[in-house]
Amino acid sequence: MICFDRVSKRYAEGHDALREVSVDIGSDELVFITGHSGAGKTTLLRMIMLMERPTRGQVFVDGQDLASISPRGIPRHRRNIGVVFQNHRLLLDRTVFDNVALPLVIAGCDHREVGRRARAALDKVGLLQRERAMPVTLSGGEQQRVGIARAVVGRPGILLADEPTGNLDPALSAEIMQLFEEFNQVGVTVLIASHDLALISRLQHRIITLREGRLVAGSKA
Amino acid sequence: MIGRRKQDKAVPAVRREGASQSRTGLRDRLRAWLRHHRLSAADSMHRVMDNPVSSAMTWLVIGIALALPTGLNVALENISQLSASWDSPAQISLFLQDGISDDGARQLQADLAARADVAQARFVSRKEALEEFRALSGFADVLDSLENNPLPHLMLVSPADSAEQSAAAALRSQLQEHPDVAQAVLDMEWLQRLNSLMELGRRLVVAVAGLLVLGVLLILGNTIRLAIEGRREEIIIVKLVGGSNAFVRRPFLYTGLWYGVGGGLFAALLVAASLWFLAWPVTELAQLYQSDFRLAGLGIMGGLNLIILGGLLGLAGAWLAVTRHLVDIQPR
Repeated sequence: MICFDRVSKRYAEGHDALREVSVDIGSDELVFITGHSGAGKTTLLRMIMLMERPTRGQVFVDGQDLASISPRGIPRHRRNIGVVFQNHRLLLDRTVFDNVALPLVIAGCDHREVGRRARAALDKVGLLQRERAMPVTLSGGEQQRVGIARAVVGRPGILLADEPTGNLDPALSAEIMQLFEEFNQVGVTVLIASHDLALISRLQHRIITLREGRLVAGSKA
Repeated sequence: MIGRRKQDKAVPAVRREGASQSRTGLRDRLRAWLRHHRLSAADSMHRVMDNPVSSAMTWLVIGIALALPTGLNVALENISQLSASWDSPAQISLFLQDGISDDGARQLQADLAARADVAQARFVSRKEALEEFRALSGFADVLDSLENNPLPHLMLVSPADSAEQSAAAALRSQLQEHPDVAQAVLDMEWLQRLNSLMELGRRLVVAVAGLLVLGVLLILGNTIRLAIEGRREEIIIVKLVGGSNAFVRRPFLYTGLWYGVGGGLFAALLVAASLWFLAWPVTELAQLYQSDFRLAGLGIMGGLNLIILGGLLGLAGAWLAVTRHLVDIQPR
């Protein structure tokens, strides 16, 4: 599903974020990416959703070389990828429901379909009764779950999460991870960047370890 | 839906459903597109109305900038309408030599009337001229005290082709050569001056309008730029979840449209108010000149055109600003 072929990324100021990273991720996998901050976890995720382009090497998603996607094609590419951010990135002046419905509105779904699917996604993360609430009235864990509902509402083939449990206590973190496992079980490719080794080593999934931009463990399933 | 997917996990759900997403019918897409237009329009309207004071100031600035050239143009229209009644026919006044008798003058009138390039020749004898002057000027007593009638015979000649100024001028110089004629005057020189003044005015209006339209575009562009800056985070999030540039642009184009339409409306109101303010003294003045001239306003069509123009300018300004600034806003 996702394939990195000797990918390097050097930023303009000369810092190497990734060096010769090659990794294959199957469509039914849930993979953790770990490493110290600055090891290149985020850069890896950003390349998959074309927020970043490699300096050298190739990235393939679903068999397509991302270098062949023009800026005009980026929105369509991103619609097949759900993203969960550490700081949630919710629209603070819209209700929980509107936040979750956003990807469907962008994709041009019929509005009844939008309502049905947004409520189903909210139900899945256990926040259906808060659909009229504003994000600021929710706790950190609840906001994160709204972010997850927004990421999965468009039924993407790939789900990316950058430190999704960064600010949460262990119990909530485990709950969130369980949600990700459930999405993976229905066939979504899930990539989670996390430095919470204690948590992710308890879960039985492949762990890719990056150190200073190099892949040091987990290149093969 | 997501709950349901869990139950049929045996099938490669993602692939199948990924395809079903792109199968969203064209009609559904169109309906969703129209719906988003409607929502964007309403949302932009709400945002404009949420800041009534600053929005009203924007409207007023645009309104003044549009009202200025429009008002000048309306004034020019009125002047040209007023001068249209004098535009034609051109008339040549022949002041005859002192020694010419009434009969001699009548003979001349007949000669002139027979010419092919003369439509009409009217004779005003010095006696008639004095009577007319006496009646109109109010100097009856003074005129009575004069021993002699100081006025010459007058012949009013209308050229056959009065629209052709050069023909009238040629006729004038021919008649000037006639031995009975002391002086030939073509009453068109002041009209020519007026016409060139009007032409100058029209060009001035075009130049001022061009500058002010540019100003309106810049004002709108700046207003939209501020709106974009205020919603930067939202734009980034929308782009991250797959929003196209068109999707991001849409609400800002509507914001521009509402500012422009409001500005056009304000301009129409300003012009109408100024005309209303001027109408009474103009009518008064016209009556003093025995004219029933009335100020012509913008009219409903003129007002609508102004609003449409404002709307188009709003769209254009928003388009410029959005195109310029959206490229800079990329998810980081």
